[in-house]
Amino acid sequence: MTARPREDAPPTPAETTRAAPSPTEAELEAVRKRARRRQASKNWSLFLLFAGPNILLILAFIYYPLVSNMYYSTLDWRLGSPTATPVGLENYQRFFTSPSGLEVWRVTGIFTAGAVIGSMILGLLIALVLNKHIPGRTFARTAIFSPYVLSGVGVALVWMFIFDPQRGALLHILDFFGISSPQWFLDPDANLWMVIIVYVWKNLGYCAVVFLAGLQSVPRDLLEAATIDRAGAIRRFFSITLPLLTPTVFFLLVTNIIFSMTNAFDILRVMTPTGNGTNTIIFEIYLQAFGQYNRAGYSAAIAVVLFVTLFLITAVQLRFVERKVHYQ
Amino acid sequence: MSKAFSRRNLADTLLTGYLPILIALLIIVLPLAWMISSSFKPVNEIVTLDPQFLPQDPTLDNYQTVDQRIPLFTVVQNSIIVTTVGSVIKVLLAITTAYALVFIRVPGANLIFLGILVALMVPPEVSMLPNFMTIEALGGRNTLWGIILPGLGTAFGTFLLRQHFKSLPTELFEAADLDGAGHFRKLFQIAVPVSLPAISTVALVTIVNEWNSFLWPLIITDTRDTMTLPVALNQLRSVEDDVASYGILMAGAVIVIVPMLIIFAMLQRYIVAGLTQGAVK
Repeated sequence: MTARPREDAPPTPAETTRAAPSPTEAELEAVRKRARRRQASKNWSLFLLFAGPNILLILAFIYYPLVSNMYYSTLDWRLGSPTATPVGLENYQRFFTSPSGLEVWRVTGIFTAGAVIGSMILGLLIALVLNKHIPGRTFARTAIFSPYVLSGVGVALVWMFIFDPQRGALLHILDFFGISSPQWFLDPDANLWMVIIVYVWKNLGYCAVVFLAGLQSVPRDLLEAATIDRAGAIRRFFSITLPLLTPTVFFLLVTNIIFSMTNAFDILRVMTPTGNGTNTIIFEIYLQAFGQYNRAGYSAAIAVVLFVTLFLITAVQLRFVERKVHYQ
Repeated sequence: MSKAFSRRNLADTLLTGYLPILIALLIIVLPLAWMISSSFKPVNEIVTLDPQFLPQDPTLDNYQTVDQRIPLFTVVQNSIIVTTVGSVIKVLLAITTAYALVFIRVPGANLIFLGILVALMVPPEVSMLPNFMTIEALGGRNTLWGIILPGLGTAFGTFLLRQHFKSLPTELFEAADLDGAGHFRKLFQIAVPVSLPAISTVALVTIVNEWNSFLWPLIITDTRDTMTLPVALNQLRSVEDDVASYGILMAGAVIVIVPMLIIFAMLQRYIVAGLTQGAVK
């Protein structure tokens, strides 16, 4: 926008003769600028026509909720009630210090650890087998991935029948090994293990497929060279495969932590409707606002905490994992 | 192929290949097979202490009971409408947004993309309460549009298609540029036709997610006429809560699970690619 003085002041004859093309170039420049500005505004209107509706929806239903949650989180407010009392940070204080708040952290910790470790170890074992060149492995891969795309509600119903302590199929399997069935549905600790098992069942195919892709990028000649050097299968795995797999392991670790904190609601709600020992952080957000408690302000505070937690995990992934764990 | 079955490798193939695969397959497939089989069993075969795998006296009673407890036709219809309308709009929005981000040059487009990436990270549980207030204020409780609207903003599809559009060679658009073709023509005559596999991936993942969606429809509907299938099954579960009703619950599970199982079996390549995006490059 800083126009040259020449454009404002009429050029002296001497100047005109000395640098004949200059004024024309300046004029051209001005024309170009105007054209660019016109182009830019045309581009903006096109951009908004194409992307505007989506951006508006994201602002209205994802960003606005983030902000209004922060406001709600400072209220003592029952859902449906027209009045609310401002309570400052009391809701946050309760979530971090009260026994019921700490219980949510404990349950979330156990659920996340069990779900992540369980599905990653089983997923890796399956991927190692599927990485062998044997006929039928494509079919096996598809079948093992399939639970990942099925309705969580449907899957929870199926497993309720299997776990049922009176008539479940698991009862007969445990009986075969001489073990008596835990009091699923009644015992809070048993409940937590039950939902972890179901979540792992639904999730391990995802881990297996991602691990398989990682395994296929491990150079075969490296493994063959090690075989010639008489390195056993276990040695080959820990000395070659696993180190080369670290980027995949870290990727899965982060995504699994995030998924297990956010994707398990269906299973939790159907198998344990009131959260008997299974009130992880997402379930607690629901139960507090829409369950029997009706504490909407407290629910909003937990939602804010969950968002900040996920934001930090993602930031760590971007800052640390993406940069430092590459092996090349 | 033949190598795996050569005399030297046969034992290895069977013991460290097929045996573990078989165990894994059994763990995955048996619960689903049990669901299908049990959905055809009469009550006495459900409550027995000596269950057989296959129904001895197969019956459709369980499916009829599901239909009596929940208005099955209505809720399946609701699920199909929500899935179809939601997916079509989301895919269209994803295509146009991704195109704009890649091909329409405006200052700050990267910042907007960053904003969309952050949105990708926000789980529905976080926005549930404020969205409930918004939709209730708009009069959207117990309506299908109230179920569909808050989920329409699409970060996942935009992200995936943006990556894809960025990988398209610029030569593709040169002829169109010389013709002076506008963005609409470039989008629908060039970008979309060459991107059909990527668009199918987004569409299929969206369809799966919409069909399975549970949390939001659960909150925003409480009348049977506007429920989607998963919400109705959750209600079925709370009315049929004794040992004798597992056959009925299995019939319900079959109705919600089997359609996605069929779609997945036919089009698994696109779905797996979409769901493992970011990991499998």
